[in-house]
Amino acid sequence: MGGSPDISKKQLDHPLDDLIRTDRLPHIWCAGCGIGTVFSSCLTAIKASELELNNISMVSGIGCSGRAAGYVKLDSFHTTHGRAIPFATGLKLGNPDLNVIVFSGDGDLFAIGGNHMIHAARRNMDITVICVNNLNYGMTGGQVAATTPHMAKSTTTPSGNPEDPFNLPLLAYASGATYVARWTMLHTRELTSSIQEAILKKGFSFIEVLSPCPVNYGRRNKEKALDTLKLYQENTIIRNDANPAGLDIDFSKEVVLGKFVDVERDTYIERYEKICRQES
Amino acid sequence: MKKAILTGEHFFTGDVACAEGALAAGCRFFGGYPITPATEIAERMASRLPHVGGSYIQMEDEIAAIASVLGASWAGVKSMTATSGPGFSLMMENLGLGICTETPCVIVNVQRGGPSTGLPTQGAQGDMMQSRWGSHGDYEIIVLAPYSPQEIFYQTITAFNLSETYRIPVLIMTDEIVGHMSEKVIIPDSRKVKTISRTAPKGRKDRFRLFEPGPNGVAPMPAAGQGYNVHVTGLTHDEKGYPVMTVDTQVEMMDRLTGKIRNNLDDIIMTESYMMDDAEIVLVSYGVSARTCLAAVDQARKSGIKAGMFRLITVWPFPEEEIKKIAERVKGFITVEMNLGQIHREVQRCVGGKVPAVLVGHHGGTIIPPEDVLKKMKETF
Repeated sequence: MGGSPDISKKQLDHPLDDLIRTDRLPHIWCAGCGIGTVFSSCLTAIKASELELNNISMVSGIGCSGRAAGYVKLDSFHTTHGRAIPFATGLKLGNPDLNVIVFSGDGDLFAIGGNHMIHAARRNMDITVICVNNLNYGMTGGQVAATTPHMAKSTTTPSGNPEDPFNLPLLAYASGATYVARWTMLHTRELTSSIQEAILKKGFSFIEVLSPCPVNYGRRNKEKALDTLKLYQENTIIRNDANPAGLDIDFSKEVVLGKFVDVERDTYIERYEKICRQES
Repeated sequence: MKKAILTGEHFFTGDVACAEGALAAGCRFFGGYPITPATEIAERMASRLPHVGGSYIQMEDEIAAIASVLGASWAGVKSMTATSGPGFSLMMENLGLGICTETPCVIVNVQRGGPSTGLPTQGAQGDMMQSRWGSHGDYEIIVLAPYSPQEIFYQTITAFNLSETYRIPVLIMTDEIVGHMSEKVIIPDSRKVKTISRTAPKGRKDRFRLFEPGPNGVAPMPAAGQGYNVHVTGLTHDEKGYPVMTVDTQVEMMDRLTGKIRNNLDDIIMTESYMMDDAEIVLVSYGVSARTCLAAVDQARKSGIKAGMFRLITVWPFPEEEIKKIAERVKGFITVEMNLGQIHREVQRCVGGKVPAVLVGHHGGTIIPPEDVLKKMKETF
């Protein structure tokens, strides 16, 4: 319809196309899912960081968010369930010049991979971990997770979740992470600059991103996709430097977002160079 | 920087010889987790690696250890880990990731008695079938079984060379006895140590296909950071590395993963024959049990029995054709191993009932005395 082919091509181009494996589209994420928005923020942050793209690697585990590594046009590794962080640790130690970003989900990073998460934070491994938290296991159809709110319904908690969820920023902070933040996927500007900051910061950086799963979580908890976004808009408050102990997620009250930790500490590699390479 | 290759004569345990073999092979990353009787390999690497330009990290468990090894390998570094039964079990899932993503690395299992926590301080050879089939799905694997500290040194180099040649995790299945015994280990001049590194890709980066096989069935391998934008996944993938969930892609990928081993058996399989020329009774063994067999063959020969030993240096892929050929000219086989008959079943399968094939096995915990083998010889033949 009218216009030269050049113009129509230009209209079709997406500003992040050079960072996306366009030959792998369409992606698998459902309509209403927030992972794509988080992914897009992450790519925008990578571009804005002005880092040499060849030196950036993305590592994912298994799950919906774990598919991110399959769409990014960087060196990308889709590993086993829960093991993105130890894989990333080896990658970073094998070549300390690499900037390694772990992009994965709450189930992958905090249930099956929880042990790796706390240890990588403890040793201050210089990687950035972005955790898309959709409060359940989406890929397998909506089972209860370590992040599912108390009494929320899932396919494996049909009467409501009897357990309490983790407070992810508190866990990251207590484990020794030097950068800890939480955003929702609706807060794209804050999220994007936070990811950029985390990527450029040395040390273990952790960002939790709340993201809707209308198909599996919302449907069972009387929360339509738009309802979740309204909660993100109306029931959140940005409170930088908030005490990580007060960050439990309760959307019936107020969910605190912001950057909670930004401190300096020697990284694992810095200490290894200083201490372990000393000739005795 | 200190020397990576300690040329000279040493008195080393098998575990230390293994670590020194790895360093000589060019290994520069070790992701470890302590476990008896493999801990000494980690300890040696922890003290040596930082001074030869490598790194050691003690991970939070064996799952993390092998995951870090795979990650380091994709950074372009020759990498390894070492463990024993319980840790080996934990490594099985990521062993599969290594096979599926064609990631070179070396995993050492210093075997101890099992199942479960078993006999941590005593030797066994009970993980041999696990070394073949322990990870889920079909695959081929390369497994070596050294029988002395000196041989561990050389086989660790060979393990890295095979791993780099075929882009596959290679397992060294030793045991507590060989791991903890001290013997003379001669480390040659560094110029005499032959090492192989993965083939680097050539040509245009944008046309590079991560799993497109070269002439020997193995694809060249770039490292992260070199501009190839590799995508590496444990999902069934095409030659580009992209996940494709179709039967055709599964068949093509599996044929590639198994073909690169099955079509190169002559290069991979190593065996050793002792007094086999005129042997009528063949002892098939590997690892520490081969030491039993050496004594048993000598004692049998003294009493006029024509015995010989066929030693498996490569246990997997199994030297099927060799066993079949031997079966045509001998009176029988005795498999000697510290388990209740794992490789024995393979020998039986290859012999195919042509001649008797029996087992001298042990539940694990102690080396099999040569007398048990002699007794079996006299009973059966």
